[in-house]
Amino acid sequence: MCDQTFLAIVFGPCDKCSKEKPLRPVYIKSEQLSYCSLCVEMMATEGLRENETLASLKSEAESLKGKLEEERAKLHDVELHQVAERVEALGQFVMKTRRTLKGHGNKVLCMDWCKDKRRIVSSSQDGKVIVWDSFTTNKEHAVTMPCTWVMACAYAPSGCAIACGGLDNKCSVYPLTFEKNENMAAKKKSVAMHTNYLSACSFTNSDMQILTASGDGTCALWDVESGQLLQSFHGHGADVLCLDLAPSETGNTFVSGGCDKKAMVWDMRSGQCIQSFETHDSDINSVRYYPSGDAFASGSDDATCRLYDLRADREVAIYSKESIIFGASSVDFSLSGRLLFAGYNDYTINVWDVLKGSRVSILFGHENRVSTLRVSPDGTAFCSGSWDHTLRIWA
Amino acid sequence: MLCLQVSTAGYGKIEDIVTRMQDDKTGGVPIRTVKSFLSKIPSVVTGSDIVQWLMRNLSIEDTGEAIHLGSLIAAQGYVFPISDHVLTLKDDGTFYRFQAPYFWPSNCWEPENTDYAIYLCKRTMQNKARLELADYEAENLARLQRAFARKWEFIFMQAEAQVKIDRKKDKTERKILDSQERAFWDVHRPVPGCVNTTEMDIRKCRRMKNPQKVKKSVYGVTEESQPQSPVHMPSQPVRKTTKEDFRKQITFLNMQIERHCLKMSKVAESLIAYTEQYVEYDPFITPAEPSNPWISDDVALWDIEMSKEPSQQRVKRWGFSMDEVLKDPVGRDQFLRFLESEFSSENLRFWLAVQDLKKQPLQDVTTRVEEIWQEFLAPGAQSAINLDSHSYEKTSQNVKDPGRYTYEDAQEHIYKLMKSDSYARFLRSSAYQDLLLAKKKSLFALRSSPECVSVTSSFPCKLPEEQVLVSC
Repeated sequence: MCDQTFLAIVFGPCDKCSKEKPLRPVYIKSEQLSYCSLCVEMMATEGLRENETLASLKSEAESLKGKLEEERAKLHDVELHQVAERVEALGQFVMKTRRTLKGHGNKVLCMDWCKDKRRIVSSSQDGKVIVWDSFTTNKEHAVTMPCTWVMACAYAPSGCAIACGGLDNKCSVYPLTFEKNENMAAKKKSVAMHTNYLSACSFTNSDMQILTASGDGTCALWDVESGQLLQSFHGHGADVLCLDLAPSETGNTFVSGGCDKKAMVWDMRSGQCIQSFETHDSDINSVRYYPSGDAFASGSDDATCRLYDLRADREVAIYSKESIIFGASSVDFSLSGRLLFAGYNDYTINVWDVLKGSRVSILFGHENRVSTLRVSPDGTAFCSGSWDHTLRIWA
Repeated sequence: MLCLQVSTAGYGKIEDIVTRMQDDKTGGVPIRTVKSFLSKIPSVVTGSDIVQWLMRNLSIEDTGEAIHLGSLIAAQGYVFPISDHVLTLKDDGTFYRFQAPYFWPSNCWEPENTDYAIYLCKRTMQNKARLELADYEAENLARLQRAFARKWEFIFMQAEAQVKIDRKKDKTERKILDSQERAFWDVHRPVPGCVNTTEMDIRKCRRMKNPQKVKKSVYGVTEESQPQSPVHMPSQPVRKTTKEDFRKQITFLNMQIERHCLKMSKVAESLIAYTEQYVEYDPFITPAEPSNPWISDDVALWDIEMSKEPSQQRVKRWGFSMDEVLKDPVGRDQFLRFLESEFSSENLRFWLAVQDLKKQPLQDVTTRVEEIWQEFLAPGAQSAINLDSHSYEKTSQNVKDPGRYTYEDAQEHIYKLMKSDSYARFLRSSAYQDLLLAKKKSLFALRSSPECVSVTSSFPCKLPEEQVLVSC
């Protein structure tokens, strides 16, 4: 036998094209692979992109995150509460329950105001959805959903319909009529279809479009008439629990919060995520825009509420106390944005001075978790719904 | 019995507090043995000691708040009154004991009724007056005896076995363990009328870390498979981050780095300025005039707002920004009427038409796009708007594929134009100034106009009291 020195050539499946060929070692970002000669040629001519490994992309993302934080930190020249020291302190508040709405047979999960400033719609765990004139406390309409845990409900801008959904994974629209023998369920229109529970829904500024959030990790915009999906929003890494539309006459954006601890701002037209915030330590249960639309507040299971400004692209305030150890379920601003009302799982409502960061008041009254809270359209009152089966109007 | 693993963030804070409370090295509450009539009460602390500790260590200023928090800690099952089934905290000499970590909620107990039956059965075997069943417990036991009639012998035997084991324990230790066990059941089978703190938010409880159901009995009893509770939904499989995910992240991050952001000082000034401007309109801070309907039970405020004559305060608000005028139907109408009087209303009418277009059901969009084109943009259009050639070009292209956002670009241009031109003129106009100074009634009385159409809705309904007028 010849005693020649042969080049040791490995023969086997190419790491790139899987064909059985003689292989050559190739080094890509410190990882060794075996390519056939054809793939080696192709690699030499292809752009950098194809040579990226999971590890290199991950490290690039990490370094960009670091750079972003650095850039943002440069703009962090002062704290909001420091600048707000010159603002006059708020006086003592006397906020009381002015109406108690009794009628639900189980936990109240969600509520929404009608534009007329007095009617509300509320939904509960037992499938009941009730429309009330909360000023008189009279129930005006009631419908029983075919599912339990109706976690989302919304009033249409015209005041002529309501939307709701929950464990049925759908959002349905019910027209409100004042016929004597009204059968609301008969005219029900099924609009949205998700692959997991519906956590939130809201009409846009029209009866014709509904925005939904779901446990399937997505948000979606739907055409009510046809039930067609107009736009879907992907990006959350877990259940989306809440959403709020920007209060602008011209804007096309909304914010959502989820179990991935992220709050994301979306462009309704393109479906793209414009901004993202991740500073909470746990699920974000509620998000609400500051009335100017330049900022939004969030309430989370980490027992804090936070304020994020869109122009600074960062968190600008935290509302927390050592003695508040239960999650915040629902938040909303007073009309001027000076007060933030937050309902908690410890049965209380805390009122925060948004600018100074201090707590102004603590409201007792509910006998179980506060699950939902909204300020009325003209800011004269706010409504809270609770697992104690009741809703309360406070002013 | 199923074991739910919820995120520990839910229990971390409360357990940290309870641990600190019991730590005598760092100023915890005084836990001691108290001499009572014939015996000793081991390992107790008074309610007021707990309240004091909470106030000192959690910076709570109000006693009521401390009592509320303490009651929640008790209701969750971390501390309990030794002589009561109702889990609440009193600010007095009532004795409380701490719950054993074995029974803590973070262990995700969901005890089945068989365990509860064993427990109640066990209690009846113990011949001590203070361990007698309460009425609701006796009722529960009777119910369980009926439900488990066929396996009652098994349950009885388990109870007997438990009693045997307990008898072997030290007397003091038994007192403590018995009370802790009772407190555990007070949490999971609460007194009727009390809040069941073990109820979970269904959205949160499905994230099970352990997909194989771990059955755990309080008494170590093994049972045939129990059907899965209908409450639990299958959890989402955790997706691993892919290359594509990272690429998207990188694109997003680069976009964020490019973004021009404001300094905190500017942002703070802006937020403060906004609240200061609107504070007089905020009923929670500046009492509403004549009164807040919810407080006075008088709807005068709402009646005034519905009337055709806007108050000075409302008119003043229109001057804050063009959005305020456009948001308020009365303001919008006044603005429109003013522009009509100057024969320059086409821009506003175009803007309103495009807003209306975006509110239409999908099937009507194409028709409306065409109508808007004809009215405002087509050569020789009746209400020709003034767009720069670039926007006009772009819009003409968009119209070929009609959609809700066909006129987005044009609308943005017109909005900016209105802001600097029409809106500024409106604020300077005598019509607006007169309203602002409440000199005389508005020249432009609201009336129905033949060319105006009210907002359409596909549902028959009671029309809102304000007519929203939109030209098309």
